[in-house]
This record gives sequence, structure tokens and C-alpha cells, in this order.
Amino acid sequence: MREAVITANKLTKKFGDFIATNEVSFEVDKGEIFGFLGANGAGKTTAMRMLCGLSMPSSGSATVAGFDVYKQTEKIKQNIGYMSQKFSLYEDLTVSENIRFYAGIYGMARQAIKEKTAQLLNQLNLTPEANTLVKALPLGWKQKLAFSVAIFHEPKIVFLDEPTGGVDPITRREFWNLIYRAAERGITIFVTTHYMDEAEYCNRVSIMVDGKIEALDTPRNLKKTFNATSMDEVFLQLARGAKRSDD
Amino acid sequence: MKQFLIFVQKEFYHIFRDRKSLLIIILMPIVQIILFGFALTNEIKDSDIAVLDESKDVATAEIIHRLDASRYFNVARYLHSQVDIEAAFKTGKIRLVVIFQNKFRENLLHTNHAQIQLLADATDPNTATTVTNYATSIIRDYQNDLTTNTPLPYQIEPQVRMLYNPQLKGAYTFVPGVMAMILIIISAMMTSVSIVREKEINTMEVLLVSPLKPLLFILSKAIPYMFLSLVNVSTILIVSVTLLEVPINGNLLLLMGEALLFITTAVSLGLMISNVTSSQQTAQMISLLGLMLPTLLLGGFMFPIESMPKPLQVMSNIVPSKWFFIIVKDVMIKGLGFKMIWKETLILFGMTLFFLAISFSKFKTRLA
Repeated sequence: MREAVITANKLTKKFGDFIATNEVSFEVDKGEIFGFLGANGAGKTTAMRMLCGLSMPSSGSATVAGFDVYKQTEKIKQNIGYMSQKFSLYEDLTVSENIRFYAGIYGMARQAIKEKTAQLLNQLNLTPEANTLVKALPLGWKQKLAFSVAIFHEPKIVFLDEPTGGVDPITRREFWNLIYRAAERGITIFVTTHYMDEAEYCNRVSIMVDGKIEALDTPRNLKKTFNATSMDEVFLQLARGAKRSDD
Repeated sequence: MKQFLIFVQKEFYHIFRDRKSLLIIILMPIVQIILFGFALTNEIKDSDIAVLDESKDVATAEIIHRLDASRYFNVARYLHSQVDIEAAFKTGKIRLVVIFQNKFRENLLHTNHAQIQLLADATDPNTATTVTNYATSIIRDYQNDLTTNTPLPYQIEPQVRMLYNPQLKGAYTFVPGVMAMILIIISAMMTSVSIVREKEINTMEVLLVSPLKPLLFILSKAIPYMFLSLVNVSTILIVSVTLLEVPINGNLLLLMGEALLFITTAVSLGLMISNVTSSQQTAQMISLLGLMLPTLLLGGFMFPIESMPKPLQVMSNIVPSKWFFIIVKDVMIKGLGFKMIWKETLILFGMTLFFLAISFSKFKTRLA
């Protein structure tokens, strides 16, 4: 049975005359991996920030985990995890200190943190590095750790803003294995990316061009509709008409 | 509460792992207080002076001897004519020229009136005034010694006592002043930089998405640095008492309490700075220039506020350091109690509330 955990209805964000996100509407189901695609400057990050409560919408409506993005941001915050574009762990803290800090911020009990940390480190093969400062880890490990920290408190939804920027394909593959495992546990994944091969891993993708959603479907259906062999081709057909480039 | 403790613990990790900054924070007060206390004193010792003695008698010899023997002067040159005076000043080393007229002693004995001319290099007016005062008082001493045998019909003798600082030590004003300066700079800078750093390394975004309350965030940022600043107060006091021999005449607890209040003022200024900046360098520059200059110029310990133009005097009232400087001087040096400083305390308290209110209302829980 489908159960929507994110709904957006004509969600719009204006910065002065500039319309960053223009009347976007979509729904994301529970346990789904929802890809939010678009070129740089298409308005992905702005849309995501509105859903996370980081940015106030100009108009339209949206709910996250059943809570309103205008009035119930505090409730939303308790139910989501977030991993930002730029990697966001404390470099001068060790691996386990970072985990303990973020888990503590979400109000987890000390004993629970301890047990789950051991489990997580084991799963990531990071047990020997538990007391290593994060700045000494390779970027790929940092990103896997950042993702694990973002879902450590078992949120209903996790928002990932271009989580795999700058890492090699193998690490990206490993990263996506973590995402699948989280989705299997029932965590809804909302991920922005501009790597089209990653789009193939998603259950459904939406493609944003110049602030609007131009297409929304499963990767397979999109390829069929646009008569393309890969998501890359689909994207190129849609993005060709784009006026904005970098933000 | 648990969130708060975990956050504070994280702040202490940051502080203790950044050894270089920690060392600077701990050592800066000690270095500054020693620098100000020893190197920058108001006293002017061993000034080189020149003498033009056209009389060359017992009296002039005695006066010259007394000048030379005092710790303020050192007779470096004997001039032979008026022409030499200009040349002596041009060397730049001579601060004062003492000129005795012809027949000095004769005039003194027969007409009861003799003149000594003091010429001072007034390119630095404060030094010139001080140096002529020293010389005048040495000459007056000599005159008094002469008249002890034959008292004058009228004699007014001022009995001067320097209260609270009998040795006229510069450290008595510098210690409270440096304390104000160090506390405001360190507390404000550390707080603002540590918050702005979270913006720079992007963890701020993650914290804003988390259920952490803004009040808790601000408190967890403020408290570790308030604690460090209290450590600074203690080192400053220990160095002052042991090395500079400046006593703590008042209640130590009251002094620490007032210091804590002033630290809170500084931390709330730091919070305000962090609201308007997004890079660590900017935060540092604003804290340094925006807080150090007013403290130095209008805080009252470098330049007396009473002798400033009216607009500056009015402006000095909004400098928190001015009030803290008065409080520390009153409590530490004069040994006064709370009854005498409640007004200054209230002003600082009001300022702190004002800054805190602004930082809270400006604190952005959203990015845009």
C-alpha cells in the first residue's frame, strides 16, 4: 500500500525577482528512494531546504512526515536526517566522538548510542579507526560515515544533498549499498544528484529544469517515454532547453 | 540537559585539540600584563638633561648635584653659551635644559630672589610636563632646606599623600585596564569564531536541521568560553599580585563576580558578531578592531576621559570596558564594596541584556 511521507503542492521559492523553485508538486512514498535530479542551479537544493525547514517557502504547501513545513518545522526536524553537499562532520573529533555528538543532539540515550556505535563501526569496517580523528580518513570513508551518522537516530526520512560529490565510482557504489540497506529498513531516501548513473539506482526520479519539474517517473518509464537508452540521454533531452547554468 | 552536556563536551574537544590557539589564549594575558606592567609605565626615569651655568657658584653646584643624583635625571651635558641650547635639543636626547643666570647665589642672598630657567622639549607634551614637574620639585626641596634655618614670615607647606597608590605605580591602572581589554577581546573573539566556524565547515546546516534548540546552541557555545575567560582572570590576578605587587584590597569574590558579568557582556558581543559574519577571519577582525580600539581609546585607562572633547566623553559611555575598568579599580585598588559600584554593575548588566536580546532575535534558524 502506498503511503506518502512527503507531499509538495505548487511549492515555490523566490529570491527577489529570481524564482529558484517554481510551483513544484510531487509525492514521495514511504521506503522509496526518490532521486531529485537537475543541473547545477536548477533549484534542487532550494526545494530540499524548504522541505527540511531550512528555508521558508514563498508560496505553495508541503508536508514532511505528516507535518507542515510552515508551522511544524520542529516536529519535522525530529523525524528527518540530513546530509549536506559539503561534508559535515567535525574534523578535529574522532569517529566515535562525531557519532556520539550527533546522536546526543537527537536525544538518544547513552547506552543505546554505545551499542549502536559498535554495531555501525563493525558494519563499516571502521572499528580500528574508532579513535582516529575524522580529518585523517579518506573522503569516501568520511562520506559513508556522514551518511551513517545522518540515519543513526533512525529518522523516517533522510535528505541527501549531492552526497557522492568528488568520490570514485567504487566508493559511490558502496555508498549506494548503504542507501539500499537503509531503504530496506523502511527509511525513505530523498537524494539530489547530478550523476545520471546514480539516477538508475532510484525507484523514481524527478528531473528539474530551471526551477520546474519537467519529468517524474521510474527510470525505466522515463527512458521509454523519451525513447532513450540511458538516463543520461533523458536528461540531455530535457536539459538542453535550460537557460540557467551554475548558481 | 543531556544535549547541552554533549555539546559543551564537544566544544572542549575543539578547544583542547587546537593546542596553538589554546596556548595563545592562556599565555596572552600573562604576556600582556607583564608588558603593560613593566614596559609601559607613566614614570619617566633617567632623562638626559643639559645645564647652562653662567654663575658657577656653590648654590648652582648644589642644585645640579641634586638633579643629577635623583633617579629622574642624568646630567649629560654642560653647555657654555645660549647658542649651545638649540644644538643640545637637536640631538634629540636632551629632554630638559636648566639655565642659571649670572650671579645666582648673590641674587639669592642679597635680593632673596633668583631665577632658574627650565627649557623642555615639548614635542611630547606629557613628558615635558612631567619632567619640568620633577625638576621644579627638586629645586623647591633645595629652597626649603635653605629656609629651615631662617624661617620666612609666611609659609604654606602642602602635605601631599598619594592615597591607594602611594608609590605612584603605573601598574595600578594598567592591571584593571589590561584585564578589561583581554577579557573583552578573548571572550568575544573565541565565541564569535567558534560559531562562525560551524557556518564555514557547514556543520551549522546539519545542526539547524536537527532538533537542537537555538537557546541551547547559544548557551553551549558561550559557557566553555566563559569558563576559559575565568581562568584568564585568575592568571591576570595571580601575575598582578605576585609579579607587579598590585594588591587586591577588596573582596575577591565580588571581584570575580563582576569579572563574570563582564565576561558575559563580552560573550554576548561575540554572539552578536557571529550573527553578522560568515567567515572566521571577518569575525576575528571585527572582534579585534571593533572591540580593542574603543577599549584602548575610550576605556579610560590609556587616556583620561575627563580631558576628552564632550562628544567623545558621551561616546565613552557605551564602551562596556569603561564601566568594568571603574569597577575593577574601585574593588581591587580602593577596596570598595558593592554599595559603591552598583551603578556601574547595573549599566553592564543592562548592556549585556541588550546585546543578548539582539543576538537572540537575529539568530537565524533558517538559511534563507
